[in-house]
Amino acid sequence: MAECHPVAFQWVMEAKARGATVIHVDPRFSRTSAVADLYVPIRAGADIAFVGGLINYVLQNEAYFRDYLLAYTNAATIVTEEYADTEDLDGVFSGLNAEHRFYDFDTWRYQGQQGAEVKPASGERDTPEPGERQIRSQVRRAGRGEAHGSGGAAASGTPDTDETLQHPRCVFQVLKRHFARYTPDLVEQVSGVPRDQFVRVCRLVAGNSGRNRTTAFVYSLGWTQHTVGVQYIRTAAILQSLLGNIGRPGGGIIALRGHASIQGSTDIPTLFDLLPGYLPMPHAYGNDGLDGYVRAETVQNGFWANTRQYLVSLLKAWWGETATAGNDFCYDYLPRLTGSHSTYETVLAQIEGTCRGYFLFGQNPAVGSANARMQRLGLSNLDWLVVRDLVMIESATWWKDGPEIETGEVHAADIGTEVFFLPAAAHTEKAGSFTNTQRLLQWRHQAVEPAGDARSDLWFTYHLGRIIREKLAARAAGGDGDPYGMDRPVLNLTWDYPTAGAQQDPDGEAVLAEINGWDARGHPLSGYTQLAADGSTACGCWIYCGVRADGVNQAARRRPGREQSWVAPEWGWAWPANRRILYNRASADPDGRPWSERKALVWWDPEHRRWTGADVPDFIGDRPPSYRPPPGATGVDAISGADPFIMQADGKAWLFAPAGLVDGPLPAHYEPQESPLPNLLYGQQHNPVREILRHPENRYQPSGDQPGAEVFPFVTTTYRLTEHHTAGGMSRFLPYLAELQPAFFCEVSPQLAAERGLDHLGWATIITARSAIEARVLVTERMQPLVVQGRTLHQVGLPWHWGPNGYTTGDAANELAHLALDPNVHIQEVKAMACDIRPGRRPRGPALRDLVRQYVERAGITDETGTEM
Amino acid sequence: MSTPEAQRPDRPQQPGAEPDRDHGLDPAARAGHLDHPPRVGFFTDTSVCIGCKACEVACKEWNAVPEDGLLLTGMSYDNTAGLSASTWRHVAFIEQSAVVPRPAGDTWADPAGDDSDGDLRWLMSSDVCKHCTEAACLDVCPTGALMRTEFGTVVVQDDICNGCGYCVSACPFGVIGRRETDGGAHKCTLCYDRLGDGLEPACAKACPTDSIQFGPLDELREVAQQRVTEVQDAGRPEARLYGADPADGIGGAGAFFLLLDRPEVYGLPPDPVVTTRDLPRMWRHAGIAAAGLAAAAVAACRGGRT
Repeated sequence: MAECHPVAFQWVMEAKARGATVIHVDPRFSRTSAVADLYVPIRAGADIAFVGGLINYVLQNEAYFRDYLLAYTNAATIVTEEYADTEDLDGVFSGLNAEHRFYDFDTWRYQGQQGAEVKPASGERDTPEPGERQIRSQVRRAGRGEAHGSGGAAASGTPDTDETLQHPRCVFQVLKRHFARYTPDLVEQVSGVPRDQFVRVCRLVAGNSGRNRTTAFVYSLGWTQHTVGVQYIRTAAILQSLLGNIGRPGGGIIALRGHASIQGSTDIPTLFDLLPGYLPMPHAYGNDGLDGYVRAETVQNGFWANTRQYLVSLLKAWWGETATAGNDFCYDYLPRLTGSHSTYETVLAQIEGTCRGYFLFGQNPAVGSANARMQRLGLSNLDWLVVRDLVMIESATWWKDGPEIETGEVHAADIGTEVFFLPAAAHTEKAGSFTNTQRLLQWRHQAVEPAGDARSDLWFTYHLGRIIREKLAARAAGGDGDPYGMDRPVLNLTWDYPTAGAQQDPDGEAVLAEINGWDARGHPLSGYTQLAADGSTACGCWIYCGVRADGVNQAARRRPGREQSWVAPEWGWAWPANRRILYNRASADPDGRPWSERKALVWWDPEHRRWTGADVPDFIGDRPPSYRPPPGATGVDAISGADPFIMQADGKAWLFAPAGLVDGPLPAHYEPQESPLPNLLYGQQHNPVREILRHPENRYQPSGDQPGAEVFPFVTTTYRLTEHHTAGGMSRFLPYLAELQPAFFCEVSPQLAAERGLDHLGWATIITARSAIEARVLVTERMQPLVVQGRTLHQVGLPWHWGPNGYTTGDAANELAHLALDPNVHIQEVKAMACDIRPGRRPRGPALRDLVRQYVERAGITDETGTEM
Repeated sequence: MSTPEAQRPDRPQQPGAEPDRDHGLDPAARAGHLDHPPRVGFFTDTSVCIGCKACEVACKEWNAVPEDGLLLTGMSYDNTAGLSASTWRHVAFIEQSAVVPRPAGDTWADPAGDDSDGDLRWLMSSDVCKHCTEAACLDVCPTGALMRTEFGTVVVQDDICNGCGYCVSACPFGVIGRRETDGGAHKCTLCYDRLGDGLEPACAKACPTDSIQFGPLDELREVAQQRVTEVQDAGRPEARLYGADPADGIGGAGAFFLLLDRPEVYGLPPDPVVTTRDLPRMWRHAGIAAAGLAAAAVAACRGGRT
């Protein structure tokens, strides 16, 4: 965190100054480790074993927060008899379709639920046409694990429970059995964390949780970029729920995002499978008509029961007057998913020739995305490419000076892609909002006009839309046919943002006003509970509703912290409803009293019959703790006065997830796609439903006990340095930053350096089945060899900022990476791979590919290697 | 912005006079700033430095100090290497494998009984010009380009500096240097141009963890004294202040530090002395020697005649 989020880290330092203990778990000793109270080295890719061991410690030692656990989690809920655990099936869950590699979720449900039982939130919820297995599998692969990101997935009916937690199939007992083998000894064997050090972490975390104390987990891409990335976070969610660390001050699981406003770009998504506010994108199969969508996507209880209000208001914001009850509010204007269109599948589509044009906004896949070579091959096969960036990044120039030009495999003359480079305005040159990891929107003002031809993204998008609309309108006026009405969704968009200044830049606040929404009279809405399903309200993103309450830009508030309460509600604006801590009803006990004075946040005021406190209560304001829903209640009425998790259908934190994930209701340790080690826990080596992208340019290496795995004996992980930013577009080109980390380097331990003859400051070549790159060598004790499964394991650290362009140049670590993805969110696994390393520079020209070929042959790699379930 | 008084260097009034220790905390007055604001400086608390180098970048941005080369030094994450004409803030990174006592901060039971992480330590420290009370650079400057400001800081005036480089060898810390491109000597100004506008220096402004604190020197010394006790009490008895003592060889630094190890570990001289301290004595000795030589020569001549 100190390494990649130094500004946010000031708060960790402040907590430390107030007595907090800081524990840092990381494969490398980083700047965070330097100031942590305890540094724990870990094998990259073994975190589920590590955190699973923590869960086991908490369960075995009864260190959980029992009152919280009983009242606020699904610990007591009984799981159906058909459910079979990884303990029963040697590493897979019941419901696995081995042929098409997906899970049927039907056996993961609660016992006693009615009708169709639990509806899966991810993957489509309607039953597809009989016999449409292939389609079903495809649609499931489209995932939608991110759908309902601010809440939970669907469940219906009243499941059976056992408040004594003794029933062998209650979640608590299922959990206990599932993690029983995650002992300190096993954690040491799998993750390399010495037993004593692990137990010390257990005691620190458990000892700092409960009524009076809370512990927070902070993670970044080191946890997400795995074939089991989502399950990493799930493991932490289970632990934090057991310890009572959710919804309370000082608790939580804090995701540090990789860029400014990446949170904003999932809230109002740049993702293929979501609409604004985590509404699922409609599927081509199922989701017919607005009613069909609402039926399939609406959860019976909790705030997701209002999905229709949210979607209709969104449609009104986009299509205004055109959207009426008579035409389903233009629901059919929305695109439909037929499968996964994630960034990596799009690269395959480019290579196959089905994706012909591409926009890049501040993204540099030619060096910044996994398997950079494939990215470039995809770009090389386009008709056109628009690159909007601050500088001439590699993704704008690969066609003339990329690595394939150097190796002679490709000639610039043979690349037909027409590249349009459009200089972009920097954040100082435009106004707008950033949404940070705390869901806090903070408005920025423009400092200067963009120089030269540089323009804001808003300018580009608005005027591109304006011109397209003009062209379509002219075509329509000219009588050119639009027999299928394909142009209407674009022509009917509300696209009337006021522009100002010499550049005719659209007013960002007008966009914010549309996002906030308005009522039938055009007055700004103040909160999402006002949204209506009859078309009388418009709202561009329901969770942002209220950001412009009273017509005031609430995100622009900057009242200093010393002038307000410790929660500082008047600094910026947090979605939803300016709540700073989600599910904060959990900071009070079931009767509505704070668990402790020290950790009081919101509570029930019996005198005024209101929820009150320092934060905006994340609950129905006047619902007393004693409220129990009458039989048959639905929607918000079905939320009990003692259930804090109001976005979950059952109001509980889910230790066991009966729906919502495509790869299991509980996390299980699987080895990364490429690992020098066999899975010590199960016969199943990998996540069985991970996404595999078969392609000659995406060969996988053998793993574990497979012959050839010894050719790639080291673990490698990629990471960032404070001095640079992501793929380097904003740092490698700047002399003041480039001089601080002026060369691409790899970090190795003195032991590995001795073993492989690597010299400090000399060159090393790092090789995988995809490519070979060269890096300067930093020999440092900060990289520590680990003892795992009885052998010494070395890890190679690779900061991934470099590429051939800019002021400091170097090979891109992403040349080495493969494309095997997490099945929920389609993210690549660059945080734990296997490699070889040897001294000296890599070969030049065609010899580079020869070297890679030699390794592929030595390891016996075929197009099947690594693709087994 | 500077007054005529401000341009008067505070070199010793008369050759041979000992530095006036009484004015140790008020070099501005000694330099002739009769009605001046309080002396300001930096307290750099290295125990909370996270090595982000924001200070280095903010300094270069504000002061338009040029980038000075893409050199991978191999000295941990320190590719700046040291203070120079084109580096006015320098973050040192020191990797230590020796076992050093770790904080006994947490009170929970420790099953292992020992701290296995105690064998690796990564020290980070942002170095800067010390703005010495007894500033040798200023003493030796023949043109008056180096001056004592009304804030008690030491600043080079680019338009007066003739690039002789005397200050470079005079600095006991190796702070100041000559830039090849313009021939002049350059170093930290403590953002003199910001101070006049009531702004803190760029590095302190940019520091996310308040490792670099700016303020009136006497207040900073109090804060630092309290902080060092805190850090020592938290189980780091080796923590110490560096440059905070007006009785040291430079009359106390205007920019001083809390270090977690011996100064040498950070590349700082353990007992810095203003290099001009011995000048008067040296001149006396030289004078005596010269007189002796002259006497001997005279005697020799006379002897030759006899």
